[in-house]
Amino acid sequence: MARSINQNAYSGALPNFRNLGIALRIVVIVNVMALAAAIVQVKDMRQIMGALVEASAIVQPLLLLSLVVLVGLNDFLKRLPYAIGVLAIFAIELVLTTLLYSFGEPLLEATPAPLLRYWALVALGTATLLVYFDLRGRALSPAFTEARLQALQARIRPHFLFNSINAVLSLIRQDPKRAETALEDMADLFRVLMADNRALSPLEREVALCRQYLELEQLRLGERLKVEWHVEKMPADALMPPLVLQPLLENAVYHGIEPRVEPGVISINIYGARGQVHAVLRNPYRHEGAHHAGNKMALANIRERLQLHFDAEATLDTRVGDDTYQVHITLPYVKGAEA
Amino acid sequence: MSEAVKPLRVLIVDDEAPARSRMRDVLADCAQEIPLEIAGEASSGRAALELVGQVHCDVVLLDVRMPEMDGIEVAQHLLKLDHPPAVIFATAFDAYALKAFEVHAVDYLLKPIRASRLKEAFARVRTARPPRPEVLRELQRAPRAHLSVQNRGKIELIPIGEVVYLKAELKYVTVRTAAAEHLIEESLMRLEEEYGERFVRVHRNCLVARAAVRGFERSTEDGETHWVVVLNGIEERLPVSRRQQHVVREFSR
Repeated sequence: MARSINQNAYSGALPNFRNLGIALRIVVIVNVMALAAAIVQVKDMRQIMGALVEASAIVQPLLLLSLVVLVGLNDFLKRLPYAIGVLAIFAIELVLTTLLYSFGEPLLEATPAPLLRYWALVALGTATLLVYFDLRGRALSPAFTEARLQALQARIRPHFLFNSINAVLSLIRQDPKRAETALEDMADLFRVLMADNRALSPLEREVALCRQYLELEQLRLGERLKVEWHVEKMPADALMPPLVLQPLLENAVYHGIEPRVEPGVISINIYGARGQVHAVLRNPYRHEGAHHAGNKMALANIRERLQLHFDAEATLDTRVGDDTYQVHITLPYVKGAEA
Repeated sequence: MSEAVKPLRVLIVDDEAPARSRMRDVLADCAQEIPLEIAGEASSGRAALELVGQVHCDVVLLDVRMPEMDGIEVAQHLLKLDHPPAVIFATAFDAYALKAFEVHAVDYLLKPIRASRLKEAFARVRTARPPRPEVLRELQRAPRAHLSVQNRGKIELIPIGEVVYLKAELKYVTVRTAAAEHLIEESLMRLEEEYGERFVRVHRNCLVARAAVRGFERSTEDGETHWVVVLNGIEERLPVSRRQQHVVREFSR
């Protein structure tokens, strides 16, 4: 699923039916279509509720059954070429319609319309949804978003780069060993920053990168920067888009620590719970220094990337407390092995 | 000829220790060609201003981005001295500042700093004058966190949060805090512009800190009744001019 983002040209792909966001979209769109059908059918608007209930009696069972089947067959369908997959879905839908028709016909009070009419309706609905998901896939596809993704990645502040180089330069004469370590950290950091960051990578790696980044900041800020890690319950193998946490820490340092004379604590709390990964970052925050546009841009970037990979299943919330600023990221727990 | 040149006394101001240490190294490299000595080091603007009151210095190497008080504000306070030192700003990356420096021909260094670049700056510094106040005002991005006065060769800082009112008299502005009264040589109008909503004008010649307003009273003087401001922290009442009466209504809401 998320890996499909990595391919270069968009060649059409079925949506991932296991994704909650996709399932929700299907439910909403189908129901909107049912509502539209009901509105068209009735002569008097007062009958609309009745018509809607009647339509629902037919639409909802088919919708739910379809979703269950598609979720079950998701992996199989994914492996088929796109065109075959589309045909398979049409076939599945028509079979399900026929089944429901033959089982449901005796239950309905009035005599229903002929099966052919239902086939036509279902085929139209399915086609609409598939076209919608295809367009959406294209809109989010690398071919279309290549430039945007490229812009989204590697967003390190020049401020950090030059200050860090300056700090390393200051070490070279007095403490060559530490200067070496610092340059190694910088090399690692920039290797990741300049790499192709469209594929997911393990959480463990992101955390290691964050530690290296904070080491460098520590060099410059010394006592002023205190870091608290709570990562004992972290699912190390969880996959996430790279460079999601690091830019947030960079924000925390830039807006939370640098404007302060007194030392401040950045806390990083990562844990897994109920099939989700949570990352909570906190930093001190003063109300006076109103929030800069830079921070908002970084947050928007990260949000967009999370959405690109996980759709509605990933969230990013920020909370401003009395003297703290908190970012809470929730991701679905996708294991490295399943990738 | 050689004995004629007095070494240039340099003050290093930067909130980051490695940056100061780097500056020391580069200065040591320059010292072989340009006679100079380090007058001192400060890790904050406040410490720097304290230091200039104690030691003589010709040049201040001033980091722009520092907590509490940025380099631009430090340079503004330095101008209160009778013989302000020359200032060379240093910054790692700050698009806004760099553009402004260029526009106003203010000397600046880019971090990491090169010895050759620093030497050039020093060569100019003996003839250079301290930055003009109007240029610094333009470089300033946020209201100064402090006002300042010179007191026997020392710069005294008045945190803006402590100011109860500002009152213009002739050439000066009286800065009143709960504890003391200072005279500064600035224009009331400019202060009003700089601090905006923090102060409210109650009279043609008087700005009062909104946070310090406790209430308003009617007062009779020479048979005429008018409003006066009651303030937190000081006994003094200030008259509200007829033209500014609307302020009383604003506050009662």
